Amino acid sequence: MSLHYVGLKEINGPLVVLDDVDDVAYDEVVDIRLEDGTERIGRVVEVAGRRAVLQVFEGTKSLSLKNTKTRFLGKPMELPLSPEILGRVFNGAGRPIDGLGEIFPEKTADINGHPLNPVSRTYPRNYINTGISSIDALMTLIRGQKLPIFSGSGLSHNKLAVQIVRQAKIAEENGQGFAVVFAAMGVKNDVADYFRRSFEESGVLQRVVMFLNLSNDPIIERILTPRCALTAAEYLAYERNMHILVILTDMTSYAEAVREFSSSKGEIPARKGFPGYLYSDLASIYERAGVINGSEGSITQIPILTMPNDDITHPVPDLTGYITEGQIVLDRGLEQSGIYPPISVLPSLSRLMKDGIGEGYTRADHSSVSNQLFAAYAKVSDARALASVIGEDELSELDKAYMYFGKMFEKYFVSQRDDENRSIEETLDLGWNLLSLLPKSALDRVDEKLLEEKYNPNAAELFN
Amino acid sequence: MNKIYSINGPVVKVKDTDDFSMLEMVHVGEKKLVGEVIAINSDETTIQVYESTTGLKPGEPVTGSGMPMSATLGPGILSNIFDGIERPLRRLEEISGAFITEGSDVPSLDTEKKYSVTVKVKVGDKLNGGDIYAVCPETPVIEHRCMLRPNLSGEIIWTAPDGDYTVNDTVAKIKKPDGTEEELTLCQRWPIKQARPFMERLPIDKPLITGQRVIDTVLPIAKGGTAAIPGGFGTGKTMTQHQLAKWCDADIIVYIGCGERGNEMTQVLEEFSELVDPRTGKALTDRTILIANTSNMPVAAREASIYTGITLAEYYRDMGYHIAIMADSTSRWAEALREISGRLEEMPAEEGFPAYLPSRISEFYERAGYVRSLNGEEGSVTIIGAVSPQGSDFSEPVTQNTKRFVRCFWALDKSLAYARHYPAINWNDSYSEYMDDLGSYYEKNVDGNFLNYRLEITKLLHEENKLMEIVKLIGSDVLPEDQKLTIEIARVIRVGFLQQNAYHKEDTYVPLEKQFLMMGTILKLYEQAQKAVDAGVNTAEIIKTGLFEKVIKIKYDIPNDKPEMFDSLNDEIEQGIKNLMQEVLSV
Repeated sequence: MSLHYVGLKEINGPLVVLDDVDDVAYDEVVDIRLEDGTERIGRVVEVAGRRAVLQVFEGTKSLSLKNTKTRFLGKPMELPLSPEILGRVFNGAGRPIDGLGEIFPEKTADINGHPLNPVSRTYPRNYINTGISSIDALMTLIRGQKLPIFSGSGLSHNKLAVQIVRQAKIAEENGQGFAVVFAAMGVKNDVADYFRRSFEESGVLQRVVMFLNLSNDPIIERILTPRCALTAAEYLAYERNMHILVILTDMTSYAEAVREFSSSKGEIPARKGFPGYLYSDLASIYERAGVINGSEGSITQIPILTMPNDDITHPVPDLTGYITEGQIVLDRGLEQSGIYPPISVLPSLSRLMKDGIGEGYTRADHSSVSNQLFAAYAKVSDARALASVIGEDELSELDKAYMYFGKMFEKYFVSQRDDENRSIEETLDLGWNLLSLLPKSALDRVDEKLLEEKYNPNAAELFN
Repeated sequence: MNKIYSINGPVVKVKDTDDFSMLEMVHVGEKKLVGEVIAINSDETTIQVYESTTGLKPGEPVTGSGMPMSATLGPGILSNIFDGIERPLRRLEEISGAFITEGSDVPSLDTEKKYSVTVKVKVGDKLNGGDIYAVCPETPVIEHRCMLRPNLSGEIIWTAPDGDYTVNDTVAKIKKPDGTEEELTLCQRWPIKQARPFMERLPIDKPLITGQRVIDTVLPIAKGGTAAIPGGFGTGKTMTQHQLAKWCDADIIVYIGCGERGNEMTQVLEEFSELVDPRTGKALTDRTILIANTSNMPVAAREASIYTGITLAEYYRDMGYHIAIMADSTSRWAEALREISGRLEEMPAEEGFPAYLPSRISEFYERAGYVRSLNGEEGSVTIIGAVSPQGSDFSEPVTQNTKRFVRCFWALDKSLAYARHYPAINWNDSYSEYMDDLGSYYEKNVDGNFLNYRLEITKLLHEENKLMEIVKLIGSDVLPEDQKLTIEIARVIRVGFLQQNAYHKEDTYVPLEKQFLMMGTILKLYEQAQKAVDAGVNTAEIIKTGLFEKVIKIKYDIPNDKPEMFDSLNDEIEQGIKNLMQEVLSV
């Protein structure tokens, strides 16, 4: 039986200080027992001589200097793992909250994980067919990629994430080795419920592991939530050979929890009060996506983050964009004009796309179509800017053609029903038909031979 | 014995000791984690640890190594991939599997591999620091030259016969002036934070030829020069760095992935081993050194990775090679400095960065240069550093301070990237101070007209920039015909010349000769079209001839090895415009 320390030296926000302790390791987990028998967990965040600073995950509410007993567990924070975790619901610190009892662990793993050796990675190349035209054609999702959705409050990011899960599952050949790990950080109860119901409707609920830290749950526990989720994902992917889709929502709340913790420790802030190590901290989460040599499984991450005030230069989306392999940006203007999914095509990007499309993956002409669509749509925004100054009537013929193309592109290509699952052939052909609304000479990103073959002079009749 | 007193993230403190010296390399704890002494006062010594400190306890031992944080230099560095403190990642994978665990103490270089060594000295030779005593083929394209440590000199008293040796075998013995003897192996150690000495700096007058038109022609960089590539996420910093690493005419590439994505390093590994170097006909990896300290690897090692990279580069420079360093990204390195500084509770300057940020950045870029080394060989180190400005705002401290110390600034632009114009280097915001130094090279080696053509091209781009301001307000229809022509020809320059397709087999690398001929054809078109406009032909009618589109496509249509096709195209342009003028004006 290990030693219990009675009492505390100091309590400050989520931090407590203990004096005269021995043999304490950095990052070790502690068990804190209150007088009434309730238990909380904490972690050592600083040790100096015989003094230890602990971070209490469930908050320090009703802790006093006298009424607690602290026990050091001698190991870092670990998550019990076994195949039974599929279909279960846990709190942010990895304890079951669905009333089905504890997990009988096959093994336990350190939730912080270890950095993946770059030479052990396999470069991701297999694309995931999401059935959503704008994603499949223009920002293709690759198995093993981390592709965040940059959204704003009130936009339909949840609906989009659910649609991706539902349709990506269908694309899986036998639906077997597919599972979802869902981590909610600081989201409202009804959002978590929406996801749960949607998973149920699409019949994947038995293949979902949920980690819930809702908006009224302790903030410090939120720092553990994505780490628990990814530890579970790594176990399922690399030891059980499954293809895991991890949804992390909302990363902005997570970053705010990190900020709150940092300021209570009295650290020097960098931008907007966030600590200087926010980049490294976010990287330690996002970099846990990938494919390992010799393992059949993979981890694909779709983090969702709301941009405060729709500002993409806010530190959280900004740092995220530097780590993740692209981004899907949602736009309020499109949402308001009734377009679902409201994907703003120009700032969206998939960095892994170039090696996962084309012959042998999607279709040989894929990169030509997507390059030309991007280039043409960029011209649309120029034309719109000009039109807003001089009026649409004064535009040149070509600019008018771009304006029309833009409208049709948004109406028929970007927009689709939330239960509409388009095949990659459909999507790419649709792209060619839309491009054919423009004069042939304006399509300068495409090889002449290919253009000859695909240009459809009667395209105008297809759209109205 | 010294014991750990406190632990806070990567920062460990030891109380009441005077055993350590500044920047000394130390082993921390039972697991022997690698660390470095970064501050000393009479009370306590502060150490930054290059590995994760999870599980470390106060009271565990700290032992000094007696020397500063050093890199091992010798054959076996090329084609290898290291982490920030020169641990070979392939070896780590064999030891600890796919995930990197702490305390894996492995030698930097393969100690078992034998190299076929030719000893270059004989008994009685007097050697000075930097002199070459043995050579061996390290890869099929690079000969490794073992040099005496810069601070060593003396007389050779024994040599081994030529033959196969490992890096730790003695190949010669030297007697120093003070009478002591030292055994010379194939490798040596050098402190990473100290620049390796050389005899003198030489003037910078040769370009680093990259085959990228916007760089070679418009914004060139010299061998031994420095350049920064700032750009927000998604603007193609990494892509540009990859292109430069693949195609630039340096002998050796050092690619430092500093706090970037793991998958990107995997991509470099895979791609470079498949690609054939156009100049040597061998795999690109034969001349490449990779340093990978990805964003989730320990932050202190990220700080060291930049220094490790440049030390390896300087070592090969001293052998007489030209090295290009790609550092992706220096902002992550600066953030590592900030993170450590924060843990030390230092007074922050701008945005939490330490006050010594500018001096660290300048120290790094000053290690570039074109030099004569101690043994008389000429070599150079060129540094190309990516900068990731927070919020794509170029006024942030890292970008601003980098701008002060580099002479070439390739600003990447979001709107160009959104329009998929790659490389997204904005020609209006970027600059290169090297054109004056390199002008004579271009005139002598490419064509006497190169600089004139370049000036014409940049003038037209500048002109277009001004005209676009007007067009944005009132549309292009109201412009006079000659200005409409300027806009059209600038479009040809942008789309046909500046934009370059990295995935197209002809366009991914373009030799200087073709770059020059392309400019010539574009200017020919401009000159002829101007003639027509002066004679009263509308710009719209000239465009209808299809000549503009044809010139835009020359980058794809004319292969790099068929420059004679430009002549016939130029004739075609002349004829086409002549016909048009007759047709239009005779009506």
